[in-house]
Amino acid sequence: MNSRLREEILTGFKTLWLHKLRSFLTILGVVFGVGSVVAMLAIGAGASQQTLEQIERLGSRNILIRSVKLEAAGKADTRVRFPIYGLKYADVERFEGAFSGIEQVVAMKILEKRARLGGNHMDLRLVGTTANWFDVVEQPLLAGRLFTAEDERMQRKVCVLTRYTASKLLANQATLGQLIRIDSQLFEVVGIVDSADTVAGGTSMQTPDQVMDAYVPLSTARASYGDIHVKYSAGNRERSLIELHQIILQLVEPALVRSAARSIATTLERFHDQKDYAIDVPLELLQQTERTKRTFSIVLGSIAGISLIVGGIGIMNIMLASVTERTQEIGIRRAIGATKGMIIRQFLIEAVLLTVTGGLLGVAFGVGVPSVVEHFTDMPTQISLLSVVFSLIISILVGLAFGLYPAWKAAHLDPIRALRR
Amino acid sequence: MSRPVVELQAVSKQYSVGDQWVQALSEVSYSFYAGSFCAIQGQSGSGKSTLLHLLGCLDRPTSGRYLLNGQDVSQMDDHQLSAVRLSQIGFIFQSFHLIPQLTVRQNIQLPLTYLGWSSEQAEARAQELGALVDLASRMDHRPLQLSGGQQQRVAIARALANDPELILADEPTGNLDSATGKQVMDVLLQLNQAGKTILMVTHTPEIAAQASSAIHMLDGVIDRESP
Repeated sequence: MNSRLREEILTGFKTLWLHKLRSFLTILGVVFGVGSVVAMLAIGAGASQQTLEQIERLGSRNILIRSVKLEAAGKADTRVRFPIYGLKYADVERFEGAFSGIEQVVAMKILEKRARLGGNHMDLRLVGTTANWFDVVEQPLLAGRLFTAEDERMQRKVCVLTRYTASKLLANQATLGQLIRIDSQLFEVVGIVDSADTVAGGTSMQTPDQVMDAYVPLSTARASYGDIHVKYSAGNRERSLIELHQIILQLVEPALVRSAARSIATTLERFHDQKDYAIDVPLELLQQTERTKRTFSIVLGSIAGISLIVGGIGIMNIMLASVTERTQEIGIRRAIGATKGMIIRQFLIEAVLLTVTGGLLGVAFGVGVPSVVEHFTDMPTQISLLSVVFSLIISILVGLAFGLYPAWKAAHLDPIRALRR
Repeated sequence: MSRPVVELQAVSKQYSVGDQWVQALSEVSYSFYAGSFCAIQGQSGSGKSTLLHLLGCLDRPTSGRYLLNGQDVSQMDDHQLSAVRLSQIGFIFQSFHLIPQLTVRQNIQLPLTYLGWSSEQAEARAQELGALVDLASRMDHRPLQLSGGQQQRVAIARALANDPELILADEPTGNLDSATGKQVMDVLLQLNQAGKTILMVTHTPEIAAQASSAIHMLDGVIDRESP
């Protein structure tokens, strides 16, 4: 039985090989159908994997509240010369009382500053924050120490750099204990932390672990730079008063995130007369991403389904032509004693050979495209074994489904008439 | 007299062509005996092809009975008829009817594949039959690489693969020149001497004369027989 099937498959291949070009053109539909499914799924999976990682890095127990500039606010308010908006120092204490499940509250000032050390200089992101920042955001300490609550209380001018910042500023110099100039102020480098390699992009929120960061105690930042921020843009000098740029709340467990986010919203509404803040819940983003991913898969699946149907119709078309062309062969086989079932089997095997060959080429194509994409862009891709196996199974099914009618037609030819052809 | 291989009892066959009914065979009763070599003659339209198709179990009579080796095959369904063809009948056609994409060996093996033989056994048998028709050196050729006479000998080897008692030949020399036609006839005569029953449709009197008996058909009946 097994050797017979092997024989039949070999014969099928030989028959198809007789019309190499035709067979090849026939399976192109399946090749591109399967190929685009595998490729798009790989690219899609890679993209959503990247998003998921970014969101997960923000922490599923965390809530992010950030200051949002209101466009109309400053112009409408004529009593002050510059807009005042965003989170307040007082908000931090309000949050601590608002909800019982809060484990950490991290307040941040985020300033764009120019740093200089010797001949090296760079624009960095100065993050003035509390010592518990390092508990919430996982950034392993590479050298030296982190700053402490003591540093904060004493408003010490110490800073912790990310590896990238350190390597840019302190190239060729002993790392720790150096003084770097940030704007007009000097800070002592006490430690270096690792930074996440991928630069955040794509998500709507500010990702806290940027590559080019320098971390200083919040109290020091406030004392050194004040709360009024000046931004120069296109000949404009734009001033604004922002106390805090961002607050991260870490809760005891993810289950509390939703209700905490609600009570925080209520609290903020009470104390802010404008909505000059935004609340981001990574967990919700995560869930939303999952939903988007599912929709994406359904859409891709439908496109794949359509292209495979088109491919299948191509197969059916050519198999019908083949049956007509090989009427005499069918007659001979029937005269020799092949039953209808054996004829059906023969033509189904040929159809499935076509679609499976198409499927295999399609998988090769679908695996090749993402690696090319990955090579030339920074887009990560992820080929899932499941999509490969699934595509192959589908191509077998397409062969069976669209090969059945031609095979049936072949088997039901009248053997006498078939022989006369 | 030996036992009958084929017994026809009042066999009739009608066809509809358009809205007309054609009586191809009218109540033919005849027996062919084991070991006979009978030529079936007649003009086109005389019913000889229809008779051959019925004998070959490619078709069923409209009425009457057909016993093949004592078994009534006239009421069998398509599946059963296929099995009968596969195990008891060998066909030889005028235009050889080999399958072009298969090698000589594979063509000869074809009935054995359908019978479910293992490929080793089938190959051995094909080799044996190839030698019998003097084509042992051409086993891996394709049919179109062979001459007409050689192709017909491949077809004979294929007809013999299932070791049938009854061989049906439809103008086996019709597409061959007289020299190669003679070779083919020699093979058939040899087979007949080895005990095969051969029924051969032919137009050519010289070919018919080589058979041991002959029937002549006219308008759907057997009007003459000899000897």
